[in-house]
This record gives sequence, C-alpha cells and structure tokens, in this order.
Amino acid sequence: MRRTPALAAHVALVLSALIVMVPFVWVIGAGFRTQISLLMGEVWFSPTLASFNDVLFSRASDFVRNFQNSLIIGLSSTVLCLTIATLAAWSLGRLHWPRSVVVLFLGWSLLFHMLPPVMLAGAWYSMVRAVHLENTHAAIILAHTTLNLPMALWLMGVFVREVPQELLDAANIDGASPWMALWKIARPIFAPGLAATAIMIFIFSWNEFAVALVLAVKQTATVPVGIAKYAQGYEIQYTQMAASAALSIIPAVILLILGQRAIVSGLTSGALK
Amino acid sequence: MAQAQADRAFRYATLTPAALFLVALGVLPVLNLVAMSFYTIVWKNAAADWQKAGLANYAAIPGDPLFSAGLWNTVVFALASVVIQMILAFFLAYWCSRVRMGRTLYRTVLILPLLVPGIVVGAIWKLFLNPEFGFLGQMLGVVGLDPIDWLGEAQTALFAVVMVDVWHWTPFCFLLLLAGIEGLPRDVYEAASIDGARPWQELLWITLPMMLPTILVTAVFRFVVAFKVFDEVYLLTGGGPGTATQVISYTIYQRFFTEDRAGFGSAISVSVIFLVCLMLVLALAARGRLQGRPA
Repeated sequence: MRRTPALAAHVALVLSALIVMVPFVWVIGAGFRTQISLLMGEVWFSPTLASFNDVLFSRASDFVRNFQNSLIIGLSSTVLCLTIATLAAWSLGRLHWPRSVVVLFLGWSLLFHMLPPVMLAGAWYSMVRAVHLENTHAAIILAHTTLNLPMALWLMGVFVREVPQELLDAANIDGASPWMALWKIARPIFAPGLAATAIMIFIFSWNEFAVALVLAVKQTATVPVGIAKYAQGYEIQYTQMAASAALSIIPAVILLILGQRAIVSGLTSGALK
Repeated sequence: MAQAQADRAFRYATLTPAALFLVALGVLPVLNLVAMSFYTIVWKNAAADWQKAGLANYAAIPGDPLFSAGLWNTVVFALASVVIQMILAFFLAYWCSRVRMGRTLYRTVLILPLLVPGIVVGAIWKLFLNPEFGFLGQMLGVVGLDPIDWLGEAQTALFAVVMVDVWHWTPFCFLLLLAGIEGLPRDVYEAASIDGARPWQELLWITLPMMLPTILVTAVFRFVVAFKVFDEVYLLTGGGPGTATQVISYTIYQRFFTEDRAGFGSAISVSVIFLVCLMLVLALAARGRLQGRPA
C-alpha cells in the first residue's frame, strides 16, 4: 500500500473533482451573465446580479414561494416519516412479531420502493381530489412520507438493532413502560441514526420531482417544479434557469458541510448492513 | 397479565401508523391502478367518467411505440449507467483509500452531485451541453471542431443522458465502495506485501474479490433507482428526439397526464408493476443461490 506513489491517485482524484466542479462553476457563472452575453458565447463578461434579482424578487417569479413550499413539505414529511418509521422499525425489530408479519411488511416496502413514483402519482391525484386536499401542502407531504417510508424503515431498522437488549430488560424490571423504554432509554442510543435518517429523508423530499409535478398547484409548487418551469415556456430563460439552479444547490452544500458524517452513515448503512 | 396486555397494545400501537400509510397510500393506489386499467376514463367537468373497456387497454400495449421504446431504453439506460458508474466508482474509491492527505476534501467534493435535485442536474447539463453557448461546445470550438448537439441528435441523446446520470450518481457508488474498501481487514494486505505482491496483484486478487458483495449490493441499489429515471429525461430531452431517450416512467407520464388517458396509463403501470415483481423474484432467487449476506 505504501509502496506505490500516491501521486498518481492524487492526479486522478483532482481530475475527477474538476469534472464534478466545472459544470457547477460554469452554471453559477451563467447565472451572473446577461442572456445576450450567454448566447453570444462571450468568454469574459462583466457579472450582473440581474438574473438573481429576477429570480428572487421579481413579481413574476415564484422562486421564494417555491423555496418556502419545499421547506414546509420537506420538514413536515421528514418529521412524519421519521416518527412512523421509527415506531414501526422498533416494533418489527424488537417486539417479536411473527416472521410472516415482518416479511410481509418489508417485502411490500421493497416492492413499493422499486415502483416508479410517477405511476403512483396518478392514483394519488384522484385520491387527493376525492378528499379535497388538492390545493394543500398536505397532499404532497403525505405522498413524500409514503415514498420515503421504505427507505426510513430500512435505515431505522439497522439503527434500532444497536440498542442492547440488557438495557431494555433492566428498564422493564425497574417498571418502565415500553413507551418510556423506547423514548428515554433507546432513543438516546440511536439518536445519531435518527439524525442520519432525517437528513436522508429531507434530501429525498427536497429533490423529489415527479410526484410534486403532478400534485402541486401554483401555490404549493416546490423548487424542482419551479425550476422545470424555466426550462419550458416559449422562450427558455437560460440565465434565470442558471441562477435558480445555483440557488437551489445551497441547501445541499449546507447539509454537506454540516452533516457529512450523518449523510455518509445514512447512505452506507442503508445499503451495506 | 396486565403487563402482557400492555406489551401487546404497545406492539400494535407502534406498527399501526406505518401499516395505515402503506395500505392507504401504497396498496390502495396500486389497486386503484388495476381498477382503472379496465376502463376508459374521460374527465368531464372536473369529474371522471369511467367507461368499461375490458381488456382493450392491455391489448393496445404491445402496439404502443412509446411502451416498447420506453422499456428498451430504460433497460439500456439502467444497465449502461450502472456498469459505467460501478467501474468509475471502484477506481475512485480505490484511489481515495490510498491517499492520506485530503481524503475528506476529495470525498466532500466527489459526493456533491448526489445531493443535488435531479431536475437541477438536468438544468445544469442542459445549459452545459447547449450546442450554441454550452461549455463543451465552446471547448470544441477552441480546438477548431464544430459543436455537437449531444441531446438533439438521435445517435447521441441516450448516451448523453447516460453520461449525465453517471455524473449524478457515480458519487453514490463511490461512497458505498469507499466504505467497503475502508472496512477491509488490514492483515490480508500485510500478508500479501510480505509475499511480495505487486499493487495491481493486490487490487486484482485481494481487493476486488473481497469487495464483490459490496459491489453487487451497490449495483442492485443503483439499478433499482436507475430503472425509475424520470427527472433528468423530463428536463433534458422530453424523451426525444423521436423516441431516442423515451424511458418507461416518461411513457407513463405522457400517456397518463399529458394525453389524459388514465385507463391506458394505468394498464402500462400495472404491466410495469408485474415486470418489477418478476425482477424482484428473480433477484431474490439469485440471492438465495449465491448465499449472499442478508441485505
């Protein structure tokens, strides 16, 4: 391991990092251009905030509202999904259900996870209309909760396994109710797993497009739905598209800086344990 | 006695919310799709008008060009992008595991695309690949070549979408393989270096075989997600030119929503569900055969 020069590895990694970064940097740069400068293919340009201004503050732009919607939907569905999934993972993992129940539950989750969400969107759309939720955030919150439930179940299934049985037995002897044991004794132990799962679900909800596209109305549209709008229309607004894309990367960058360990643990334990 | 009853109540109380969600918002929609697939559904005054269609929707599937093209392109897309990603990710993880300085920095940069919404990845690359002003076209111009309309030509469109997916998802494979490589036992390498193994021999005969379970699990995970691809295609090509990048999710979207043929769209969905079940059964059988570790 130590004998080969690490130089070759560094060169390859720096090149790969460049391939990752150049599109980001170029598009952020495009956000600072005028449409004419971009279309003329000028290499040097004087940066302008016009597109960012337009995206953030113009009356025709819904970006700020989309951002709020994404936050409301992402946070609500994360809390809901995490609560439901943690209880269910605890139940399936620790409470001695018959094997058939566990297999049925996890089997259905697995199959459900494999289905393209867009096909469920159609059925959800008619259900949402039937109960008159079509103009609300609730429709998308419920849909995202359901979509992310399988992933959350697996992740929390892995994390609740880490709680030692002896602790729970001791709590039981001391007369703690099962709710107390879960909340007071087990939860602090799997709290890091809870955080990792929460970040994953939030990112999935933040990024989700197909279902939001079908279920959202103008007032509830999320960031991806809003960005897709810039790419359509009769005349594509390239610089606004670039500016809004650049702005929508911000949460990902913040999460990556603050919660990288949780993200890595969430992604790897979901697949590898 | 009271204790046992409390435990039973707790057991049901913890599982019921998830069960409700999975039945009400998981099983019911699927049953709803099955029901709709036997009808022709027309929207009249914001109300659905269901007309019996028998098996007509299913009979129309084999003749639907968007269905066959969608299925074929989805399989080609998923296989190609997963294979390319796994190879790239393996080398990236291998290199990353060999450097000491800057490993965290490399990892931070390399996983960034993973966190970006698919639609934003689409937007970024739609601009980046634009033949008139995109970065790649300009670079070709610098060396005196004509820019290529990667997404607009039938020969290159699917390849371009695969490459965008590679950019988006190689980070995921990289992260999982890196975790796998970092978890390999050290003593095997020490034994190998005592025996005078060269680095490439170590890579080929130690790292690769020991990583095989991780590689398989990662590839399966990626395939499942790649099979569902929608966002990038929606933004980059809209399935075109012609049906060059038509994928099955997009076919369902078009039939169901753009053309408002809910019955036919449902029939296609039910067929896809059937195919997914088949894949799942085959995968589980294969896993049983391989005696792999429990996922």
